[in-house]
Formats: sequence, structure tokens, C-alpha cells
Amino acid sequence: MSTDVEKILRPIDNPIPPFPPKYMKLASGDEMVIRQVGREDIPDILRYVEPLIHVERDYYDIVAVRLYSELLAYYRYRVQDEYVLVAQIDGELAAVVNGRLLSKEVGMSYHTVALRRGLRVGAHAFAAKMEYHIDIIGQKEVLIVAESPIGFRRWMIEYGLEKRFHMAHELGGVPSWSLTKALFDQARDTLVVGRRPVPPPLLEKAKATILPPSDPPTPPTDLLAATRSLYDSTGTALMSQRWKQERKG
Amino acid sequence: MREVYVVGTGITSFTRLEYPLSEIAAYPAMMALKDAGLSKVDHVYVANMGSARLNHQTGLASAVVDTLSLTPAGAEAIENGPASGASAIKQGFMAVASGLHDVVLVTSAERLREVNNLEDTDFVATLSHPLAEYVYGVTLPSQAAMFARLYMQKYGVTERHLAMVAVKNHDNALLNFFAHLHEKITLEGILDSPEAMTNNPYVSEPLRFYDCCPVSDGGACVILATAEVAKKLKKPMIRLAGVGQATDTHCLHERAEPTDLLAVRGAAAQAFKMAGITPADVDVAELHDAFTILEIVESEEVGFFKKGEGHLALERGETRIGGKIPINTSGGLKAKGHPTGATGVGQAHEIVLQLRGEAEKRQVKDAKIGFTCNFGGFGNNVVCLTFIRED
Repeated sequence: MSTDVEKILRPIDNPIPPFPPKYMKLASGDEMVIRQVGREDIPDILRYVEPLIHVERDYYDIVAVRLYSELLAYYRYRVQDEYVLVAQIDGELAAVVNGRLLSKEVGMSYHTVALRRGLRVGAHAFAAKMEYHIDIIGQKEVLIVAESPIGFRRWMIEYGLEKRFHMAHELGGVPSWSLTKALFDQARDTLVVGRRPVPPPLLEKAKATILPPSDPPTPPTDLLAATRSLYDSTGTALMSQRWKQERKG
Repeated sequence: MREVYVVGTGITSFTRLEYPLSEIAAYPAMMALKDAGLSKVDHVYVANMGSARLNHQTGLASAVVDTLSLTPAGAEAIENGPASGASAIKQGFMAVASGLHDVVLVTSAERLREVNNLEDTDFVATLSHPLAEYVYGVTLPSQAAMFARLYMQKYGVTERHLAMVAVKNHDNALLNFFAHLHEKITLEGILDSPEAMTNNPYVSEPLRFYDCCPVSDGGACVILATAEVAKKLKKPMIRLAGVGQATDTHCLHERAEPTDLLAVRGAAAQAFKMAGITPADVDVAELHDAFTILEIVESEEVGFFKKGEGHLALERGETRIGGKIPINTSGGLKAKGHPTGATGVGQAHEIVLQLRGEAEKRQVKDAKIGFTCNFGGFGNNVVCLTFIRED
């Protein structure tokens, strides 16, 4: 008897409504398109996310390495009900957001990574992700965690998220926070923007190719950051110092 | 009094700096020493506002003078809130002018981003009155917002005028390698588009996100010397020709007319009088635009425009590079950044570059006279400086 193991390993192919692309004008006057991508786009995105793994600043390293694994798992059919949205400015990759459906009514937000800093690029992409869960898929709530103080400020404080601390989040098993439909409705007027449909030339340019970010986040110039290490409870700065010394040795 | 010249200058990027505070002060000083061609100075002043509270470091001047290997020169730190920088330059000026020292190094450093934005906002708010303002939750953005609302009612300034200041200064910062925000913004993106309210939300109405300066780390340095020393160094002769300082009530609500910034008016008048010039003689100015409204109001209080007409001059493009009196060519606090205690020295750095003709793409043509206004508290301690190129 022959068994198709790959078929067993793969997630169930549940249909999920697609995210209708939208666009918005940024403070710079640039137009940013947010759209859903499929598996065929993942290799390009992985290429642009990989350098961020080495950026020990604002938690880009941990967020990028986790996002990389999630994108790879999606590409290789190893996550159930995952989706990926990208934000593009002039074709350039500006942000990546992803998540999955925990159940019909509950969403699990994974990551929000801005490859173009400033201009609320990450905030707009996160809002689109929440819009996808609540408005497009019709879920009642989305479970969220933040891995950085910036994320905490953007999600927990700006959206006033509710605690769901009895539920472990899939990112590290830490206590979850929740964006409910009611909270999203409250945020709708101030935090959620975008126009549909996207003008065809703008959408075609975005779809044609995902260009690399022209000004991505970079590693700090000096990892020693001596005084910072005094307050770094994770000890990463101290670890970096040691590694740097070892490399020199 | 002896005449005092700026013989060297240096600056760090105003951004997030991930190295110790003493080095943030030392790097621009090293650049300034190299710029001047000097290896020794008589005295070191270090402008800083928050080292003890934010960076867990006291005795900053002692650390800096040793980092620079300038011992046994005397050294001390100067703290005067956000006006610390210009205050330190004033101390340096007095030391040289009085004959106490011949060469004085005035450097500065701030590392606000050691802590998060909420702690920074609280830290800066400690310069308000502890019992009459701070305990009630007053922050600098909220104070500036109340001030702006009153000013707008009285003089017809609109949110569009405030946004025009932001767009102009962001444009200027794009030409400044050392500026914090290299971010083009447009009126459409921050004011007129359907997304503008989200792109540029109110921080404290009527002030929006792009009306407020960023939280920056940074340092800057100028070296002051006698005419005798300056002549030997073969740099353009930039004289620190006027120094003015004035104070006002600690509490904003105790002022007879809250929309008048009398300390700015007084400090500027002294700085012009000492230099023997008038506001009309100034070719380029750096004004303390921690909030966009302040650039407009200060441009009136120092005498560039009549009271209540600064926004009209802005509309006419008179404060742009190429205009009648270019203001904040560096990008100002708004876009170059605001490392509080270092800001005043950063302003002087920009003026020195402009008067030397070294400001590259943002150069004001034939600039000979420059002016800075460093605004401490909410206008309760202001230091103004005038600079004149002599050769």
C-alpha cells in the first residue's frame, strides 16, 4: 500500500475570501498599494526579509527571523490557513503583514514588518490586516501580541486592545491581546484608511514585480552601545559585545 | 571686552545614536578641533539637559574632557533646559571676551532615545511649573497647542500655515546630511488627502504629528577664540557679535498677554544691539521650531516681520531658501531634530556653515549675517546669538 505522506503533512485547503487590494496616499504624497500575495511571490519576499534578521535594532532580528519561518512554512504548505499581505510603494516592498485563521471566528495575527520606516507604513499595513480579519473574513476578534515596544504602542495602546491573557498566542506562547470588532469599529475613522478600487496602472505596477526596498532598516553602527546594555534586560547587547570580541580574537 | 570668533565647528547626525553620551559630545568636538586645526583648548563647556535623569551619568564635562584628552583644561556642564546649548555658547563667549581664556570649546550632547517617548515627554515636561502646571498633566505639546489655538484665533494663522512650515523644513532637511528626518512630506499627504488625518493625526489639537519635532539624540560643537588666535587659523572670520538672554514668567498663564513671547523679543533685541545690527540686516536664521507655530511667532518677535504677519511672509515664500530671510535652512528642530541640550549649538553650527559658504545645497547666497534663537522652557528662558562674517 502506498501512502502520499506529503498529502498528510499539508494543511487542509480551506477557502478564505481574498483581500481586495486598496491604496492610500502617504504623508510624502506617494501612493502605497496593499494587496494579498500568493505562494509564487514568497521567494522574492524572503530575499528582502532575510537581511533584517541581522538587524539588532527595534527587535527587527527576532521579528524578521520569525516572519521568515512563517513565510517559508506558508510557501512549503506547513501552516493552516495563513495569508500574506504586502505594501508596495512604486513597486518596492514597503511592508509585509501576515496571520492565520485560528477558527472561523478568531484570527491569529502573526507579524507586521516595515521595510520602509516612517510615514506610518507599518501602521497602515497592520490596519489592513485587521480589516481583512474583521471586515472581509468576518471574524469576531483577532489575537495579537507585540514583540517590540513600538508594536506595543501601535497596537495595544492605539487600538486599546483587550486582554485575553488566558489564551496563549502562537508567537512564543505569551498571553494574548484581542482586537474585537467593537474596538475595530472605534478605530475605523482614525486608524484605518485606503481607497478601492486601486487604479489599474497602480495595481499592475505593484503586481508586475516586487522590487527590493531602497532604504531598508540597517544594523546599528556600533553594537557596543555601552550605556544601553545597562538597561537591556535581555542581555543581547552584552552577548553582541562578547561575540564581537570573540570574532576579533 | 575682547572680540570673540568661531574658529571651528562640528556636529553628529541628529538621530538615534547608539553610543555613550560622552562620545556624543566628543565626536563633534573632535571634528571641530580638526576643523580649526587645534589640539589644545583652555576650557571646555558641555551643554546637556538630561544626562543624570535619562542616561544615569553625572559629571558629564569631566568625562568629556578626558575622552577628548584635553586634560588639564577646565570643564563644566551647562544645563538651562532646551536653551542649554546657546547658554553654553554664552558662557564660552564671556570667558573669551573677559580675557579669562583665549580658546574655549563648547560642545553638547543629548541622548533622549535611551528611554522611550513617553518618558521623554515626561522628562521635558519637568521644565514646567511643578505645582501649577506639571501636576495637572501639562506637557510641552499641550502647552504649545493651547498657545497655538490662541494665536490662531488672534492673528488668523491656520493649520495650513503650520503645515507649510513643516513642509518647508522637511524640504530643507533633505539637503542636510546630518538631519534626523530625511522624509519628504507634502501638503496633500499631511493635510488634503482622504488619508491625511491618519497620516498626520492630532497630537494635541490644533497641533498635529508633523507640527511637532522628533525626539533626537545628537551633539554639536563650536570653538570660540580671540581675534588673535582666529587670524592665525586661516578660516573665514566669523565673529560671535551679539549675545542676548531674557526670561519670562515660569507659568504661561501668568503672562499679561500669553501670545507675546517677551523673552524672545528681549533676547533678540539685546543680541542685535550688541552686534550693532537690525533684524533687517540678517541673511539667514535658525529659530527654535520645536513646534511649527513657534517658527512663525519667533519670526515676528525677533523683528523679521510685524506681529501677526509671520504667516503671511511664509505664504509669500520669504522664509524659504532663496527668500527674503531664509529660516531654518538646516531643517530646524522640526526636521533636523531636537536633542534638547545640544540644539542651540546645532543652530550655531548651521549658521557658521552658512556664513562660511559651506552649507552646500542649502547655501544661502552671500550670507554674511546670521542669527539663532534658542528657546528654553515655554519661552521663559531664551538665548539669542548674532554672527557676522567679517572678511
